[in-house]
Amino acid sequence: MSATANLATYNFAYLDEQTKRMIRRAILKAIAVPGYQVPFASREMPMPYGWGTGGVQVTAAVIGPDDVLKVIDQGADDTTNAVSIRAFFQKVARVAVTTRTAEATIIQTRHRIPEAPLAAGQVLVYQVPIPEPLRFLEPRETETRKMHALEEYGLMHVKLYEDIARHGHIATTYAYPVKVEGRYVMDPSPTPKFDNPKMHMSPALQLFGAGREKRIYAVPPFTRVESLDFEDHPFEIQRFDAPCALCGSTGVYLDEVILDDRGGRMFVCSDTDHCESRRAAEPAAQTPAETLR
Amino acid sequence: MSEVTDEEPLLRVHGLSKFYGNRVGCQDVSFELWPGEVLAVVGESGSGKTTLLNGLSARLMPTSGSVSYRMRDGAWREVYRMSEAERRLLMRTDWGFVHQNPADGLRMTVSAGANVGERLMAVGERHYGNIRATATDWLGRVEIAADRLDDAPRAFSGGMRQRLQIARNLVTAPRFMFMDEPTGGLDVSVQARLLDLLRGLVREMGLAAIVVTHDLAVARLLSDRMVVMKDGRMVETGLTDRVLDDPHAPYTQLLVSSILQV
Amino acid sequence: MPTPLVLSEVAKTFTMHLRGGLALPVVDAVSFAVAAGECAVLGGPSGAGKSSILKMVYGNYAADSGQIIVEHHGRLVDIAAAAPRTVLAVRRDTVGYVSQFLRAVPRVSALDIVAEPLVARGVAAHAAQERARALLDRLNLPERLWTLPPATFSGGEQQRVNIARGFITDHPVLLLDEPTASLDRANRAVVMALIAEKKAAGTALLGIFHDADVREAVADSVIDVTRFAPGRRAA
Repeated sequence: MSATANLATYNFAYLDEQTKRMIRRAILKAIAVPGYQVPFASREMPMPYGWGTGGVQVTAAVIGPDDVLKVIDQGADDTTNAVSIRAFFQKVARVAVTTRTAEATIIQTRHRIPEAPLAAGQVLVYQVPIPEPLRFLEPRETETRKMHALEEYGLMHVKLYEDIARHGHIATTYAYPVKVEGRYVMDPSPTPKFDNPKMHMSPALQLFGAGREKRIYAVPPFTRVESLDFEDHPFEIQRFDAPCALCGSTGVYLDEVILDDRGGRMFVCSDTDHCESRRAAEPAAQTPAETLR
Repeated sequence: MSEVTDEEPLLRVHGLSKFYGNRVGCQDVSFELWPGEVLAVVGESGSGKTTLLNGLSARLMPTSGSVSYRMRDGAWREVYRMSEAERRLLMRTDWGFVHQNPADGLRMTVSAGANVGERLMAVGERHYGNIRATATDWLGRVEIAADRLDDAPRAFSGGMRQRLQIARNLVTAPRFMFMDEPTGGLDVSVQARLLDLLRGLVREMGLAAIVVTHDLAVARLLSDRMVVMKDGRMVETGLTDRVLDDPHAPYTQLLVSSILQV
Repeated sequence: MPTPLVLSEVAKTFTMHLRGGLALPVVDAVSFAVAAGECAVLGGPSGAGKSSILKMVYGNYAADSGQIIVEHHGRLVDIAAAAPRTVLAVRRDTVGYVSQFLRAVPRVSALDIVAEPLVARGVAAHAAQERARALLDRLNLPERLWTLPPATFSGGEQQRVNIARGFITDHPVLLLDEPTASLDRANRAVVMALIAEKKAAGTALLGIFHDADVREAVADSVIDVTRFAPGRRAA
């Protein structure tokens, strides 16, 4: 079958126009009330829940024929989830795709924010499994909604208190709660807290889609995003002892890679595009030893 | 009377009624509660005690009547005309509620320290060390060893849980507490300890309280004044020892004569 | 200075609803006054209503009619008509009561029970305990008992805790319901001395004493309660 015949099988970007309008309305509301979880009529998508159905619906609602799409999973462009979603939109929207952060107009992500700073005009779409940050301690949805409405966020600090009481420090390392524009407490999706500071005053538009939970929320460009903490236990990001073993980057988020079954391992950039760009620009940096000190 | 004329009550209840369809929950209840005063509401199950308690504590919208409370700034507010935000703030700062079953008033999955500290964090305390120090101090005041600070209440005995629930409520120095059968379901020796503790705390903090109980001995020990409920109505009210030693209403006489003597 | 305690036309009837509304008249037209520094004793056979009169003055029993006027902080208060919180204030500062029986509070030590009325009036705990120690010592209560809750004490020991608690404050009116009932001779003497001191200090005392010796020793006047027997009003 030809590509045109294939495309004709689907509406542009898979969802029908009414559904996209419905999702766009939810997105507009989410942008208007930063950090507030807007309910939306999440659709069945041709993938299981947990694989990014929320993110895909948000992307489908905002993508246009001229957009350039990048999809990452844990920072990598080449994992199954990222490859499949990229292929999906190539097929149903015929958009250009890229692995380059700077080239993309829409970046759909699971669990990471790219290392390269985002620019105005870019849209970062997060896949969200559990949008409700208060659920850990308050399982009643009626109650958590009321708590958001009345700005009763003491419970969030109870969770952090428990962390310190148990581990001596705030042990939450991902899905670390943030306060958006001084009002709503938000779950930044399971990104490492390393990425939390990147959300603060970002020039890019950040959209969050939770398919199973049927919620959309947003952080508009240049919005305050503050990680919750205690005065005597301030928020801190993870630090790594050594630079990336491949590109020599420091100050980036590293993944541990097991090399053999004798304890051999190395730490490399979780952002594959960042790592590759660095190595392409500075071939010498491929020898990790040279970048040490 | 001389020393009381310049004082005002803390709570005014006027004509409070609650109907469940045709059935009466409570009917035409009126009274005032003064700062530092402990009022016992007694009666058997089904007498309307719990309906009254819930109606007073902003948990159950009454069919008619009003509940007014004098706020910390001295202004009188009708509890059911406040916004929900104001009411909830009041309930977690200036009010306390001790449930009969501690599991209803505690977060069973988080540590004792976090249970006590929650109200502080809810009103903006953001210093972990201070929260912890205050929680430790309160555990001591309710006779829970400091080394249990990081244990979850699941690991506590019934009496300890109840004491923890009390500490959790008192940490914001409320002026007014509701207690629903605070010693219900506890062993007699544990009851005695809890009553003694409550007596001390109520006096020390100048707390006003409404204690719902079916146990007349608890009422005698804790309260200054008593309301006897039957079929949703107040059948007798007065000084606690007067009501118990010289009961007037037929039902109160029955209640008092039914106490088992030890 | 007004008379500290005046009763006029006080009547009391018990209505036993559990026995078909049976009315048991106790006293009627009770009228008397107790002056400052006077110890008045209620006399008459048991069942004549002595104890009921004492309890009405304390607000423990409700009076059906009449007035019970005490001078409370320079004002006259009618106990028979006062609101509960006024009665509590009067008990805290004006009218003290020594009953025959001690209502023990679980876990509270004898010392704290004695000191409590002072603490309730704002005296520092330490100072109040000091006074309590002195009184318990004077009443010959063994020191090893002071820190124990009195629930397990003997009748005489409990009685002495009760007396100490009643005498520790300087209430202008003090009611005594058989304070010497279960005391030995030595302790009876201590109580008589305490009463004499109260009289000297200007306290108005109203008491019931079955023990004739004690009554003779302390009474300035005896009020014959049979005068207030119901049904005699017409006569």
